[in-house]
Amino acid sequence: MLRGKQSWEFSNHPVIRSTGVAVGPFEANGNLTADFDVIHDDLWMGNTSYEQAHRMLLEEAAQTALKKSNLKPEDTQFFIAGDLINQITPTSFAARDLQIPYFGLFGACSTSMEGLALASFMVNYGGANNVLTGASSHNAAVEKQFRYPTEYGGQKPPTAQWTVTGAGVGLITNNPLNDEKLPYTTSATIGKVIDMGLADPFNMGGAMAPAAADTILAHFNDLQKDPSYYDLIVTGDLGKIGRETALALLKEKGLSLDSNKFKDCGLLLYKENQPVQSGGSGAGCSATVLYGHLLNEMKNGMYKRILLVATGALLSPLTVQQNETIPCIAHAVSIEI
Amino acid sequence: MADSKKKNKTPKQQQYAKFEQQFETKRPVLKNCIKAFFVGGLICMIGQFISYLYIYFFHFTEQTSGNPTSATVIFISMLLTGFGIYDRLGQFAGAGSAVPVSGFGNSIISAAIEHRTEGFVLGVGGNIFKLAGSVILFGVFSAFVVALIKTIFLMMTGGL
Repeated sequence: MLRGKQSWEFSNHPVIRSTGVAVGPFEANGNLTADFDVIHDDLWMGNTSYEQAHRMLLEEAAQTALKKSNLKPEDTQFFIAGDLINQITPTSFAARDLQIPYFGLFGACSTSMEGLALASFMVNYGGANNVLTGASSHNAAVEKQFRYPTEYGGQKPPTAQWTVTGAGVGLITNNPLNDEKLPYTTSATIGKVIDMGLADPFNMGGAMAPAAADTILAHFNDLQKDPSYYDLIVTGDLGKIGRETALALLKEKGLSLDSNKFKDCGLLLYKENQPVQSGGSGAGCSATVLYGHLLNEMKNGMYKRILLVATGALLSPLTVQQNETIPCIAHAVSIEI
Repeated sequence: MADSKKKNKTPKQQQYAKFEQQFETKRPVLKNCIKAFFVGGLICMIGQFISYLYIYFFHFTEQTSGNPTSATVIFISMLLTGFGIYDRLGQFAGAGSAVPVSGFGNSIISAAIEHRTEGFVLGVGGNIFKLAGSVILFGVFSAFVVALIKTIFLMMTGGL
């Protein structure tokens, strides 16, 4: 049901029945290793290109999610996913192998929540019984496309972020099967594209912060809730700089968040001593942390209600070279248990 | 930021740029300069050492030892790139490892490795000078301009 200007409420409570998360070596050395299903100890993962490894991550995550629910691809009506590579080929190629009717999304790093919002909407209104949704990224494949060759010795500034190698997939269903308590989605807020004029591709957190703030404000306005409703508000990949900027922006607009309850997936994923500059980023960042870590925490009783706000920078290497600024977007989905 | 870029921004965007800047972690410029000075200096010292080797063992002169020395330094940096060490050195040293000729070698071989999956002709061949190409173009062009100015100057002053 439409609530306010840009939010949906899911009164039938679509359930996230199972999840699958596959990650690379750098993420395996991070903070959340225990929450991942498949861990690879090198970036090639036995493939001949990084793009193939990227596709494999998503396939593994999808297969894991299906297996945990005892479902086959043909039991699933739709597959809604995306990534950062040109023409989202890793995702489309994975969809070719999965043979599930497919919606390819591009919302940069906000794809995970764009997918979860759409999947929840479909399941809530009977458009589907089971929907597989997720997002993925591969550090070397994404760096190759957006920045310099991976072995190039350029110095990254402290505002830069580290692209996550990982895929996170969730199975959204109207049929929870057993009595086990499972997390379900309750609402989603779709963001609009915000461009506050920053143009530095090595500072995406700063560019994305206004989009995150805008969507968070819209969410609370539309649903007539206040931040105390949530145990945790998590942004996708704002990093250190973006997170602080977003907090300050929200405060300026009259919404004070408890800084202990305002976290960022890009900061949760890695250890302090890992050289990720401002934090993790990439489409796989929010997907791996949500479908791996956060939902586990919810099942363990750590959180009852969370709001995940995935942020995306909608730039391309071409627009950067043509001196365009960086338009950004954020989508929020609330999950309860 | 360039003024031309600033002009295209709305007042709101300019205000945000200022607001956002207070949260940015600044580049540690002084620290970077010191690191670049020492690492760059060290690379050049190694180069000097190699150049002396060519002079003493292979009968090169101080004028002619430049070419084999650059080639050797480039070769070493290519090996380091292939073994995945040079990009880490680059993150530490910044300009220190980018400015010497070893940085040039790194930019070539890293592009070659990166595009190996697209085949030898269109992948490696088409992309190997992706980063170094502009160095070569503008290097050759500025050498030409300087030589032209020198020649004209000498002709006018009757030196030629």
